[in-house]
Amino acid sequence: MDRRAFIALSLALAATHPTRALAASDAQDVIALGGDVTEIIYALDQQHRLLARDATSTFPPQAQALPDVGYMRRLSAEGVLSFAPSLILSAEGAGPPEVIDLLRAASVDYVEVPEGYDATAISAKIEAVGAALDVTDKAKVLAEQTATALEMALARAKQTTGPRKRVMFILSTQGGRVMASGTDTGADGIIGMAGGTNAISQFEGYKPLSDEAASAAAPDVILMMDRSGDHASTDDELFSLPALQATPAAQNRAVVRMDGLFLLGFGPRTAGAVTALNRALYPPEPWHWPITCRTAASHGRGYSMSGWRWP
Amino acid sequence: MALADHLPHSRVARARILHVWLALALILVSLFSLTVGATNVTLGPALWKITTGEALTRMEAIVLWDIRMPRLILGLLVGAALAVGGAVMQGLFRNPLADPGLVGVSAGAGLGAISAIVLAGLAPLWLSRIAGDQLVPIAAFLGGWASTILLYRVSTRRGRTSVATMLLAGIALGALAGALSGILVYLSDDRQLRDLTFWGLGSLGGASWAKVVAAGPIIALALIAACTLGRGLNGLALGEATAAHIGLHVQRVKGLAILTVAAATGAAVAVSGGIGFIGIVVPHLLRLCSGPDHRPLLINAALLGALLLVLADVIARVIIAPAELPIGIVTAVLGAPVFLWILLRQRGMVDL
Repeated sequence: MDRRAFIALSLALAATHPTRALAASDAQDVIALGGDVTEIIYALDQQHRLLARDATSTFPPQAQALPDVGYMRRLSAEGVLSFAPSLILSAEGAGPPEVIDLLRAASVDYVEVPEGYDATAISAKIEAVGAALDVTDKAKVLAEQTATALEMALARAKQTTGPRKRVMFILSTQGGRVMASGTDTGADGIIGMAGGTNAISQFEGYKPLSDEAASAAAPDVILMMDRSGDHASTDDELFSLPALQATPAAQNRAVVRMDGLFLLGFGPRTAGAVTALNRALYPPEPWHWPITCRTAASHGRGYSMSGWRWP
Repeated sequence: MALADHLPHSRVARARILHVWLALALILVSLFSLTVGATNVTLGPALWKITTGEALTRMEAIVLWDIRMPRLILGLLVGAALAVGGAVMQGLFRNPLADPGLVGVSAGAGLGAISAIVLAGLAPLWLSRIAGDQLVPIAAFLGGWASTILLYRVSTRRGRTSVATMLLAGIALGALAGALSGILVYLSDDRQLRDLTFWGLGSLGGASWAKVVAAGPIIALALIAACTLGRGLNGLALGEATAAHIGLHVQRVKGLAILTVAAATGAAVAVSGGIGFIGIVVPHLLRLCSGPDHRPLLINAALLGALLLVLADVIARVIIAPAELPIGIVTAVLGAPVFLWILLRQRGMVDL
């Protein structure tokens, strides 16, 4: 086929799908709520359609240049509508409910992306975002890539020899009280995927632990979100908590800190998070605690599946 | 006959003039509140369209009618309820420190509201079907009512209210209500928990016509009842024995006052969460301006309370747009320094 014929054919094809071509490339009218949703939109290369994002959408770093409509659980109806979006793509649990009702009523397409903490949930999320943005084919490819990468990461994690490490995810240690993750949370999901065992299985969600319950849980490793640059003193503080002093984790000073959205986002980067957490939990000897995993900041059209590096 | 007739004339006149000024300012602020917001929808062009028979755009209709209008009405009602609740309580206890927020009545109402939110799923179906949207305001009213009555019973002996006992009992009741709320918070799931945290800071962000319908009648009734209390509270200021001697039905006044405070505070807390300082600052300011007569004071309190809350709400939603600040933060940041200033000015004039 010569070049002219190719162009003619392309034009003819484009003419048969005018609406799709328009929807997929031109309209800049989407608001993303939820860090995972924003990540998926960037991974699908649809970021040019974003008008604004919420405060939890911090990755990739370019997303932070977009206007911020505030914390996704405390949205302002008028604030969101002031961007005149035609589509709001939201993670589950945006609120308050009255505001969401208003947004739904305001001639806006409001698509809620289902939440979930396993491999199928991630694929479902990506396909839901793809369907809402009318880039179903692209989403299918990304979902498959993500699933394959995750399968490989899970297979690698399964090869881990020796007893499974008991991991306690600590959300915060406000006032010396350990707020730990029970079952049915992102933390529980990622710990299981990375070949560990959640040390807390007595309750659902995040709850404060009594000092004795924390000691009795006897975690081998503490898992936390990486919030600041300097951890030297906070490790001392962490392991001097009465709740943790008697645990094996404190004796080995075993703590893993990872970026919260990377660790708990359950999006395209989760395969990387599984591998990073698995390696952090079962480090090749010799190893020195503590371990901090950082996500790679570089991000362009090519999407990094395992954006982490060793300290 | 009435107490006000024996007060200096200038004060009475000043209170009457204040009605007019406050009402005018309230109308201006209300129009302003309908006009400003994160979107560039404004009232003027919309009104022009309505008068010329042109159709509003969907965006204009939703922003003005479904977002700003219920929000304004709730702001007016809640502000009036909080200020009047504070004024009535201060009259009832004959103490300027009494405030539904300070002495645990808001905490009681909050406990009622939180119970309704967290335990709504456990309520029998017939109950939630009958109560529906009214469940949370009713529960908040009952919580506020129970804590007001407890507070009054504990701190009053033989018709005399002990201020120290009232404050201490208020702190204890507030702590108890806080603890019981804590148990419910513990029972709630992750999502409810984060909702409740923000709810505690107060916001009119979730305003809707359903909420106006749910809380509006309760607050309106409380405000009407409060307007009839002026003479009774003036009488109570003389002490209960004297009040009874001048022909006042003391028990009826006290009962109605308690009911009013509970209804106003309960419904306001249920709709908007914890909003502080309106109840204590507004009556203080007004007494400084126009004296202690309760009859103009209660009406002025309703007007000024509504005015300040609507203003605070405008600040809350404009200052960090497109996001929104909890309104409790705004009233506390503005109210606390004003309160301190009032205290410093009054030192030596009022014996606490």
